[in-house]
Amino acid sequence: MKMFMRYCSFLGCAFALAVGMLAPAAHAQQPIKIGMGISQTGALGGGGKSALLALHMWADDVNAKGGLLGRKVELVVYDDQSNPATTPGIYTKLIDVDKVDLLIGPYASVPTAPIMPLVKQRDLLLMSNFTFKLNRNLKHDKVFNNSPWSNEEDLADGVLQIGRAAGAKTIAILAADQEFAQNLANGAKSIAGRMGLKTVYEQNYPPSTVDFSAMIRAIRAAKPDIVYVCSYPNDSVAILRAVKEIGIGDSVKVFGGGMVGLQFTPVIVGLGSLANGVVNFTSYAPGKTMDFPGVRDFLDRYSKKAVAENVDPLGYYLPPYSYAIGQMIAQAVTATKSLNHKVLAEYLHKNEMQTIVGPIRFDALGERAKPAVPLVQFRSLVDKDVEQFRKPGRLVIVYPPQYKTGEAIVPFEKARN
Amino acid sequence: MSPRLKSYWVGAAAVVALGILAVATVRNEYFFFASYIVLQFVVLATAWNILGGYAGYVNFGTGAFFGAGVYTAVVLINLFGAPLLVQILAAAAVSGTLGFATGMLTLRLRGIFYSIATVAVAIIIETLIVNWRYVGGSTGIQILRPPVMPPFESYTKMLFLAMVLLAVAATAIARFIETSWIGRGLRAIRDSEIAAEGCGVPTLKLKLFACTVSGALMGAAGAPLAMYQSFIEPVSAFSLNYSVSALAMPMIGGTSHWIGPVIGAILLGSIQQIVMVTISNEINVLVVGVLLVLFVVGAPSGIVGLARALMRKRVGRKAA
Amino acid sequence: MFAWELLAEAVLFGLLVGCFYAAVSVGLSISLGLLDVPQVAHPAFLVVGSYGTYLLGRHGWDPLLAGIALAPVFFVVGILVYRFYYETFEKRGEDTGVRGLAFFFGIAFIVEVLLILAFGVDQRSVDAPYIGASVALGDVRIPIRLLVAFGTALLLTGGLALYLAKTFTGRAIKAVAQDGVALRLMGANPVRIKQWAFGIATGVTAIAGAMLIVVGPVDPNLDRVYIGRTFCVVVLAGLGSMGGTLVAGLVLGVTESIVLTMFGASWAPAVAFGLLLLMLGVRPQGLFGR
Repeated sequence: MKMFMRYCSFLGCAFALAVGMLAPAAHAQQPIKIGMGISQTGALGGGGKSALLALHMWADDVNAKGGLLGRKVELVVYDDQSNPATTPGIYTKLIDVDKVDLLIGPYASVPTAPIMPLVKQRDLLLMSNFTFKLNRNLKHDKVFNNSPWSNEEDLADGVLQIGRAAGAKTIAILAADQEFAQNLANGAKSIAGRMGLKTVYEQNYPPSTVDFSAMIRAIRAAKPDIVYVCSYPNDSVAILRAVKEIGIGDSVKVFGGGMVGLQFTPVIVGLGSLANGVVNFTSYAPGKTMDFPGVRDFLDRYSKKAVAENVDPLGYYLPPYSYAIGQMIAQAVTATKSLNHKVLAEYLHKNEMQTIVGPIRFDALGERAKPAVPLVQFRSLVDKDVEQFRKPGRLVIVYPPQYKTGEAIVPFEKARN
Repeated sequence: MSPRLKSYWVGAAAVVALGILAVATVRNEYFFFASYIVLQFVVLATAWNILGGYAGYVNFGTGAFFGAGVYTAVVLINLFGAPLLVQILAAAAVSGTLGFATGMLTLRLRGIFYSIATVAVAIIIETLIVNWRYVGGSTGIQILRPPVMPPFESYTKMLFLAMVLLAVAATAIARFIETSWIGRGLRAIRDSEIAAEGCGVPTLKLKLFACTVSGALMGAAGAPLAMYQSFIEPVSAFSLNYSVSALAMPMIGGTSHWIGPVIGAILLGSIQQIVMVTISNEINVLVVGVLLVLFVVGAPSGIVGLARALMRKRVGRKAA
Repeated sequence: MFAWELLAEAVLFGLLVGCFYAAVSVGLSISLGLLDVPQVAHPAFLVVGSYGTYLLGRHGWDPLLAGIALAPVFFVVGILVYRFYYETFEKRGEDTGVRGLAFFFGIAFIVEVLLILAFGVDQRSVDAPYIGASVALGDVRIPIRLLVAFGTALLLTGGLALYLAKTFTGRAIKAVAQDGVALRLMGANPVRIKQWAFGIATGVTAIAGAMLIVVGPVDPNLDRVYIGRTFCVVVLAGLGSMGGTLVAGLVLGVTESIVLTMFGASWAPAVAFGLLLLMLGVRPQGLFGR
């Protein structure tokens, strides 16, 4: 009995020692959790899925090199279904239940707007993704908007400049009643005002609108020179369909501007010839002018994975920027050796970071310091063809001068043929 | 005070005490985040039952009265940063008036028309809000919480306690109506409106009273949501999901007794919160729909009815 | 500056769309108007019809043919649903109002969620040669898909009106709505007739669902939009009137179109319900009601 007792106590001690030695190592193996809600279904799903794929690629690349601060990076992801009502619940859960270390925002303004107050109240760092002027009232010092633009003028300027160069005097503005479209429409209106353009039609529509025939008819009747549209994917498609069915009139010189969705490959392939002539913003188009170090290599790798996972195969819009979010997080964490949100925010405010979409620096409000928004005009598109977009002459960059690969064709009806 | 009334108030005090204890001891914010929603549904279900269970008039438009309460709070916060109590009282007043107006318009008609009219009111109010830029229109509006007052450490905890008190108040009102002559009148209306009229029951006045009180409570439940969520937009504030839940919870819990909606709300609300977090949001709505249909078809008196049947069997067995 | 041409266009489009509204509501006109069944799940069945059309469309079916093919399936479903409703609620008699309503409300939600689970929340649409093309009428271009919906709707409502007025079963359906006891005394079985009628109402909804996806893209939440429109048409018409349904549909279509053109899309959702409340307040029996 005594021997047994001694044997047990010896085992017990050995066990305790082993546990004690392993415990700190086990703690170090806990992954760094980065949480996000992102649209995998719904109107923004096309963009969200491609962004998520890029982020997974970044996480895999980082983990292959040993992780961050010696720990593996793990993404905790929920689907917000492009529905702004779900994001407060998702992010509260990420913070309080999943207890993530870092937060990346949902894709786009509409799902991100509801969590801005939450992030400010809890004083957390947020890397937001392609949002638009969400921090203008809250002035939170720990949010960083990752996108090619910094304010509405960057997005709206190009179309209006092209229009004015073609002799435009009047403008029609059609905008969805939601965060992104309204901010953009306001930008277009102020630039139009400064240029002396007269607004002959202005309409806000509820985001759930599916039938635009009445609005297109009204726009045609107003005979505008420029038609500036601020819409989300479902509306963008419906609007272009209505334009084909009903006609927008011969007076229009430039059509487009802020139509989200025309950058997602599944959408633009579905639209095909319906998009010809439209001038619209994007973040990247293939061409010598936008050949940043690392981006073509990334897009090749991305394309292979995307086809396998049935996601946007070209990846010309979100993926390079989403990968850049990861790169910036990695640079900040590695440089400061910390996951403390205040420390990371200070680093992100002070430093310029190198990414596959070029160097990025943020201003005091967390918007991009030097915007770079290319405007493309769709030309010679045929229906149901993905590979045509890799050929030149389809996505012609018409603005700004440093990225231009061709001149915009006006008027709109001419550019469609 | 009758012994039953005394036991009610003892129970109510215990609930409030539990709430205070939770605020003092529980650390995890998510507990309060989720419990707030469950308590909100206790208020909504109880409010719905006053008209639906007691009087038999099915309100499909809970979202209207709830959303009106939310936006009343939004307007007051924007106008002059009104404190929570003022928001709740104002929201109750606005939604109560809305309930009264809906009643005046439709209570002379048959049951289903009242129900469809409530949906109509919901959509019309939502459309009005969508067109009102001051509260953000379709885009929605950010609400910044004021700094929290001691002794509370977080605003969510304070809202949680406010909702506990609101739930207790709602059940007190429901209980009062149920046990008073008003409740008897409403039950008479539910069983046979024509016969009730014939007996001299002031049916229109009672129905209008129930509409108003029901609406007011729904509005009161909505007011704290503005601060709770910090971002309000019309589609989710007026959502049909509120209408379905507020209807399903009393029907599942039992419509004849004030405790029915409470049971239904706590049961269904907790299931919803757990499912939302672990599985998905759709399954959440599916659960509500399936349980509703199952209970409506199989157990029309709800859980309360099942419990009563069980007790009767036991008593029967004992007697025999 | 008032644009008369714009208004005229709005009225024209309103008539086309209004006839379509009548067709999607005619099923409800039968089930609620004639049979007194609180069929709140009608718009949900409508959307199911659209998704069925979408599925068949993926295999190359023309949408209208798909709708016609789905109609017998929906007919059978309708009979089963009515049978269940009758056994569970109507036969027992007590408290049917609340429970019947709650039942169909629950069904509507279950259907909506099942659609989301099966198809996701994305919009779906179909392709057909007449979708996307338009025909020019002077200065105006009319989308052919609207004309197709208009034509089909006219045939549908006209056909049903004739059926109810001229055939034996049709007249029996109208009779059972008026006086079930009298019908029983005359030897016809009111339950079987109601069952048949409810089946027809549901079958017709399949074709209406096909038209719905021809007219525009659908998503699982579309039933919430159509609750307003269908109930508005039925209430405006007056319970039980087929011809009234057509007129009411046109009234709704034109009013909505004018509001859309003159005031903007943000007011359009309230038109159907506004008209509904107005009618309930002013003349609850509808324009042609009994």
